[in-house]
Amino acid sequence: MNSGYTVPAIALVVVTTVLVGAFGLRISRTTSDFYVASRTVGPRLNAAAISGEYLSAASFLGIAGLVLTQGPDTLWYPVGYTAGYLVLLLFVAAPLRRSGAYTLPDFAEARLASRAVRRLAGAFVVGVGWLYLLPQLQGAGLTLAVLTGARDWLGAVIVAVVVTATVAAGGMRSVTFVQAFQYWLKLTALLVPALFLVLAWQSDGGPRHAFTEPAGLREQRAVRVADTLTLRLDRPLTVTVTGTVDGRPHRKAPLTLAPGPHRIHAGTRLTFADGAPVPVPEGSAASDRAREERPLYATYGLIVATFLGTMGLPHVVVRYYTSPHGVAARRATVAVLALVGAFYLLPPVYGALGRLYAPDLALTGNADAAVLVLPDRMIGGLGGDLLGALVAGGAFAAFLSTASGLTMAVAGVLTQDVLPSRGVRHFRHGTVLAMAVPLAASVLVGSLPVADAVGLAFAVSASSFCPLLVLGIWWRRLTPPGAAAGMLAGGGAALAAVTATMAGYPGAGPVHALLAWPAVWSVPLGFLTMILVSLATPGRVPPGTAAILARFHLPEELRAEVTA
Amino acid sequence: MPQDPTERRVVVTGPPRRARRTARPHHPRTEIDELTTLGDTYVRSLMRTQLRTGLTVLAVLVLLVGPLPLAFAAAPGAPALTWAVLGFALYAPLVLLARWYVRRAERHERDFVRLVEDR
Repeated sequence: MNSGYTVPAIALVVVTTVLVGAFGLRISRTTSDFYVASRTVGPRLNAAAISGEYLSAASFLGIAGLVLTQGPDTLWYPVGYTAGYLVLLLFVAAPLRRSGAYTLPDFAEARLASRAVRRLAGAFVVGVGWLYLLPQLQGAGLTLAVLTGARDWLGAVIVAVVVTATVAAGGMRSVTFVQAFQYWLKLTALLVPALFLVLAWQSDGGPRHAFTEPAGLREQRAVRVADTLTLRLDRPLTVTVTGTVDGRPHRKAPLTLAPGPHRIHAGTRLTFADGAPVPVPEGSAASDRAREERPLYATYGLIVATFLGTMGLPHVVVRYYTSPHGVAARRATVAVLALVGAFYLLPPVYGALGRLYAPDLALTGNADAAVLVLPDRMIGGLGGDLLGALVAGGAFAAFLSTASGLTMAVAGVLTQDVLPSRGVRHFRHGTVLAMAVPLAASVLVGSLPVADAVGLAFAVSASSFCPLLVLGIWWRRLTPPGAAAGMLAGGGAALAAVTATMAGYPGAGPVHALLAWPAVWSVPLGFLTMILVSLATPGRVPPGTAAILARFHLPEELRAEVTA
Repeated sequence: MPQDPTERRVVVTGPPRRARRTARPHHPRTEIDELTTLGDTYVRSLMRTQLRTGLTVLAVLVLLVGPLPLAFAAAPGAPALTWAVLGFALYAPLVLLARWYVRRAERHERDFVRLVEDR
C-alpha cells in the first residue's frame, strides 16, 4: 500500500489535535476548568464530545474485523455499545450530574461517606481504564504497521505522547473541544470512503453472497498465514501449499484437505483457487472460542455486559460532570444515542464488503485492518490512496480521543487518591503515570487479544459500577459495607473469571463459556451481594442519605434552597 | 372637612399580609428545604415516579431486544434478517425510546416544581 498519503493524513490529525487542545489551554486556568471544564459545556457540544470519546479503536476497526471473520452475529457489539447509553439515561444520567461529584470515587464517597468505598471504586476505575487503554495503543500500532510498515510499537508511542501532552496541558476543557472535533472527523472518515466503496460495489454488479454465504475469494489469491492457526473445514478444500500443514512440510504442493481440523503453521503460503470459500480459522481469543461453543449464551453475556457496562466506563462517566445541570445531561445523552447510532451504521458496511473483497484477512490474522485496506483493494489508484489516507486519519482520531478520555479519568483518580497532594501540577504527574503503565504493558506484553481486553473492561464495569450507581441513586438502604462487598463480589468475580479464561483455564465445555462471558451471572451476583450485605448492616446507613438522595433527584431550580 | 378635636391617630396592628402568604403552614417547599418527614415524602414520590418511567422504558427495551438472539437462532437460514435488524433497524427505536423517556422525566420535574412552589 502506498504510504505517501497515509503519513501526512495521520500527521495532520495529530497536529490538529494538538492545536485544538492548545485553543482550550488559553482558557483553562482554574482547577475546575481542568477537571470538568467549569461545568459550562452545553448539551450539543457535550454530546459530540461524549460520542467522539466513546467511538474507540474497537468501534472504528474492530467491528468490521469481527463481522468479517465471524459474521453478522457480532453486530451485537455496536448495538450493545449504543443501548448502554439508553440504560445510562434511564437510571443514572441526571442524578449523576446532580450528585456534583468529579469522578466515580467522588460519587461513592459523597453517597456513602466512606473513604474505604472511595478507594475501592478508585482501584476499579484505574483497572478498567488501563484495560481499555491497552487495545487503543495496540490498535494504533497495528494501523501504522499495516499502512506504512513501521514497527509495531511506533503507533502506540505516538498516541501515548500526543494524549499525555494534550491532557496534561489543557485538561478537560481542551479535551472537550478535541473530542467533539474528533467525532465529526471519525464520521467523515468512515462515511466518505463508504459511499465510494458502495459505488464500486454496485459497478461490480452488486454481488450479494456476503450476506448469505461464508466469505469466498473472487479471484486467485495467495495468503501468507502470519500466526499458527487451526482451520476446521466442513467440506474438502483444495489449496496450493508452501510451508507446514498438519506438521508436514510442503513446497508448492497442490493439496486437498479433508473435512476436519487442520493446523497451519506460521509463515505458510496458501494459494486458493478462483471462487474458493475462505475457511475461517478458529477464534484465537478465548471469548471467541466460547462464542463458537455456546453462541446463544455468549450473545446474552455480551448483551448484559455492554448494556449495563457502559454506565461505569470511567471515560464516559467523567463527561457527565461537565454538563451544566441534570436536564442538560439527559438531553446530551439522547443526542449521544443519535450520534453513536448514526456512526454504527457504517462499520457493518465495511464488514460486509470485507467479506466480499478481503476475506483473506481472516487468515492472516489482520482482520482488524479490513477498514484500512478496502479502499486500496476495491478502488485502487490515486482515489484508493486518498480514501485510504482519510480512513487512516480517522482511525488515529479514534485512538487519540478514546485514549485521552481514559487518561483524563485515570489521571483524575491517581491525582486525588494516590499521589500525595492535589493541584494542577500533580494532575500533570498523574497524567504521565496514567499513560506510562498501559504503554509499557503494550510494548512488553505484545499482542493481547483485543476483544478479550475490551470485553473484560465492560464485564467488570457492569458487575461493579452498575450496581453501585443504580442502587446508590435509587435505594435508600445501601450501606458502605454492602457497596464494598458487592463491588468486590461482582467485579472481582468477573475479573477473576476472564483472567482465568485468558490464561487458558478450562479449555472447553460449559464452565469455559461461563467464565469467558461472565456478565450473565456476575452482574446479578454484584447486585445481590450489595443488597443482602446492606440489609444485614442496617445500622451503617449513612446519616445524610435522605438529603443526598434529595439532591440527586430534585430539579436544580429547587436545589439552591436545599443546600443553602 | 370638619375638624373634630376628639379625632385621634389609631394604629391598626395585625400580622403582615406578605409574611402570612409565604409562611403558610405545610408549604411543600419549606418542608423540602427543612427536610421534614413531609418533605421526604415529596422527594420519595418524585423518585418513585421517575423510577417507574425508567423501568417502563427498560421493560420495552428488554421485550424489544431480549427475544432477538432466540429468533436469530431459530431461523439460521435467514442471515439477511440478522444483518437488517442488528446493522440498521434497531438504532431508531433506541433513540425514540430515549426521547420519550426524557420528555416524561422533564414533565415530571416541571409538575413537581409547580406542586412545591404552589404556582
